[in-house]
Amino acid sequence: MEQRTHLPAGLFLMVWAALLVLTGVTVTVAGLHLGSFSVFTAIAIAAVKASLVLLFFMRLKYEPFFFRVMLFAAVATITVIMALTFADVAFR
Amino acid sequence: MSTTAHAAPHAHRDPVGSRIGMWLFLLTEMLLFAGCFLAYAVFRTRYSDDFHFAAQELNLSLGLLNTLVLLTSSLTMVLGIAAMERGRARAAAAWTGATIAMGAAFLAIKGFEWAAKFRHGIYPNSPELASAHTMGEQVFYGLYFTLTGLHALHVIAGMALLGIMGAFILRALGRGGAGGGEGVLAGRLENAGLYWHLVDVIWIFLFPLFYLIS
Repeated sequence: MEQRTHLPAGLFLMVWAALLVLTGVTVTVAGLHLGSFSVFTAIAIAAVKASLVLLFFMRLKYEPFFFRVMLFAAVATITVIMALTFADVAFR
Repeated sequence: MSTTAHAAPHAHRDPVGSRIGMWLFLLTEMLLFAGCFLAYAVFRTRYSDDFHFAAQELNLSLGLLNTLVLLTSSLTMVLGIAAMERGRARAAAAWTGATIAMGAAFLAIKGFEWAAKFRHGIYPNSPELASAHTMGEQVFYGLYFTLTGLHALHVIAGMALLGIMGAFILRALGRGGAGGGEGVLAGRLENAGLYWHLVDVIWIFLFPLFYLIS
């Protein structure tokens, strides 16, 4: 029987608070009308929020290394598909 | 787990294997939504002005409220799993119930938001959309209804899954305790929780793409 790490509720509360703060930040930044920069910041903040959920709520940080390999394979596939699509669409 | 578990019929459990299975399924879900996001990205570059004006028509307050509801539901989810792992089945059932309730609140807010759009004649293939809106706006609303609709279906599926896991826990409580099966219940709840969190992760990207980038 494997031993699971019992994560404290305090950690979850901190992650939740960080997610709420980042939501506030992304709404505030969007209101500043920074042009194309606002798209980049919105995606970047969303990526940080998603990472927090994946690492702590979904416990990726505490899973065997193989879990990260699986996620990397999926994210790399998505990145390649997006890059190839834009290599096509952008130069039509 | 205690030595009595070896005599149980489910002695050959593989919690890591079952989580790998769940993760593999979740990765296919990511690819499904990534395809939709790719369509969004391509059309956004083609109709950037139309997307800009159409996005301003969406209700930011409701989108923000739904974001807070879903983020908080992820917190109650992990608290439920943590309670089950510590053998506190009653607390786990309560947190799971709270998570399902927040899923229902999310759907109610989303339904309210969609209903407001419908009243303005904006729904897939509507005559209003075809006549009074530009091609880019039509594509934007098409993506909006497709992606938020697909996401809402995932919320419903997640609520059903959590309902089943909650019923397992309540059944064990009705029998006067899990009787050494807390680990099994916690494992099931954790896998259901992984699905719920993925639904949250998808919304984390949907929210800025539709409500903020304008």
